[in-house]
Amino acid sequence: MSDKNTTRLMQGNVAIAHGAVAGGCRFFAGYPITPSSEVAETLSETLPEVGGTFIQMEDEIASMGAVVGASIAGKKAMTATSGPGFSLKQENLGMAIMAEVPSVIVDVQRGGPSTGLPTKGSQGDVMQARWGTHGDHPIIAVAPNSVEECYYMTVRAFNLAEKYRTPVVILTDEIIAHLTEKITIRPNSELEIMDRDKPEDSPEDYLPYKMTDSGIPPMANFGEGYRYHITGLVHDETGFPTNDSEEATRQLMRLNTKFDKHLDEILDYEEFNTDDMEILILAYGAPSRSAKRAMQVSREQGVKSGFIRLKTIWPFATQKIKELSHKVDTIVIPEMNLGQIAGEVERLTPDSTSIVKVNHVNGEAIKPKEIVNAIMNKD
Amino acid sequence: MDYLNYLRKDKMPHIWCDGCGNGIILKAILRTVHKLGWDKNKIALVSGIGCSGRTPGYVDFNTLHTTHGRALSFSTGIKLANPDMHLIVVSGDGDATAIGGNHFIHAARRNIDLNLIVFNNYIYGMTGGQASPTTPSCKFASTTPYGNPDSPFDISELAKAAGANYVARSTTFHTARMDRYMEQAFQKKGFSVVEVLTMCPTSYGRANKETGATGADMLKYQKQNSISIKKAADMSDEELKDKFVTGVYVDKDEPTYLEKYQDVRDKANK
Repeated sequence: MSDKNTTRLMQGNVAIAHGAVAGGCRFFAGYPITPSSEVAETLSETLPEVGGTFIQMEDEIASMGAVVGASIAGKKAMTATSGPGFSLKQENLGMAIMAEVPSVIVDVQRGGPSTGLPTKGSQGDVMQARWGTHGDHPIIAVAPNSVEECYYMTVRAFNLAEKYRTPVVILTDEIIAHLTEKITIRPNSELEIMDRDKPEDSPEDYLPYKMTDSGIPPMANFGEGYRYHITGLVHDETGFPTNDSEEATRQLMRLNTKFDKHLDEILDYEEFNTDDMEILILAYGAPSRSAKRAMQVSREQGVKSGFIRLKTIWPFATQKIKELSHKVDTIVIPEMNLGQIAGEVERLTPDSTSIVKVNHVNGEAIKPKEIVNAIMNKD
Repeated sequence: MDYLNYLRKDKMPHIWCDGCGNGIILKAILRTVHKLGWDKNKIALVSGIGCSGRTPGYVDFNTLHTTHGRALSFSTGIKLANPDMHLIVVSGDGDATAIGGNHFIHAARRNIDLNLIVFNNYIYGMTGGQASPTTPSCKFASTTPYGNPDSPFDISELAKAAGANYVARSTTFHTARMDRYMEQAFQKKGFSVVEVLTMCPTSYGRANKETGATGADMLKYQKQNSISIKKAADMSDEELKDKFVTGVYVDKDEPTYLEKYQDVRDKANK
């Protein structure tokens, strides 16, 4: 790694792979799937150079299992996939959530359902990222909209995973993944890198699922002298299974509220012209590039539009969106699905707020003009 | 040796039924660990789901109870992340060869340094006695009330064909042999499988009277019907019907995944 800024042309998927290594990733397990394969291909080359491990597993399920195992043994670990593979990963993603094992899952969204449109972009997995695995659970998902952001958001994904003992989903899409554009890479020494909190207690006193003030218990790695138990069953503070209803409530409520005290750090978004706006555009991922342009064009045409781009999708930026929605009567939401985030916004806003959806499910990018037309109330 | 040095006493009593063979296998694992003098801090014992899946909860190692069939996937990650650890993977016949069948053959193909112990009781015990991929043809289970129309897997032959460095099969009756196989397997570099034929009187024994309906009866049945792999070589399929073939199926020293991946790292850094 250079000690100076380096600027080059790079593809989104490649930037995710390089960002992962910069963020400390030393283990990748994956399975080939379009349009994510460049992430695996790049890491198969770079991870062994830094003493890390790349392994191509027999399927998506095994890849996610290996990632969780590697993380339990102390390595920062990642996998990458697309919709059909993401469906298969849900089982062991649930295990990572339940056992609170840091891990990063890249989902390069393509058209669905099922085999869908393998080579075309989509945002159809927004709800799969939120609710794909069974049971009530917390999750973090982030969505980049540029190649440079693919790099730095992956670094951040590892930080969030480590700090909050959770899987983090990088919810990118085929358009950003296969976009090649300019990226400036800062030296690693300038990056903030976070590692999981290690226990200060002795092995005898260690409680892997302790009810701490932060809600995030320190994590010992396997092989470091803390011989503890990890299970996907509901467990008490010791990590061993319990059927006790009160204990189950206590642990599951801690799990499900563990991000609540940390939303300031987890939530990330950027706002433009929301001070004087009379209409709001809300977008994320690939369509947010067109949305920003649409804001500019509509302003040139005399409509004071404002724009919020969500960088963190889950947990949802509820308070922020409520606050912005009070300023406008109309929110325009372009998405490459049939309104998965629009539905979330709709339930946060009064009935009087008009939600105007601009949706594509055919894999084609949403153009600025389509969003401008929605803003100007034209078809 | 004192088994209690390796057990989490406060987690007893265990959930296994009267007459279950799992405890016999667990004791053999602990005897082997003791004999080899492995550091408990460096052992990870990993399981999937089912009766065998509860084993990790009772032993004083780094223990991981994963999802159904996936123990080998998680173990692959642990071993690659920390090659100094000894990985003991315990799995039932359903866990290892039905839902986890793909992971089983690929761990063998990859010849990764994991020690798999298969608790083969030819039935899904935890869920109440349904047929598994090793339930013999025509035998009874809660989902084969007219006799099993399926053919069973031969787990040891499967592991051998898929590329494991060490494969052996014992019964729970033959404890000395089981100890010997485990010792060889645990010391073997690369993927090793010890398949132990064990008894489930609660589900299998009750449904198939010829094996006896208690653990003791089923152990006797194992003794009376076991054939060594050498003798079996000269017997016909008809003669081997309902017999338990035991012995070492493979013992070789092909390069392991970890060794081959070190070559990858060396090439990457040239």
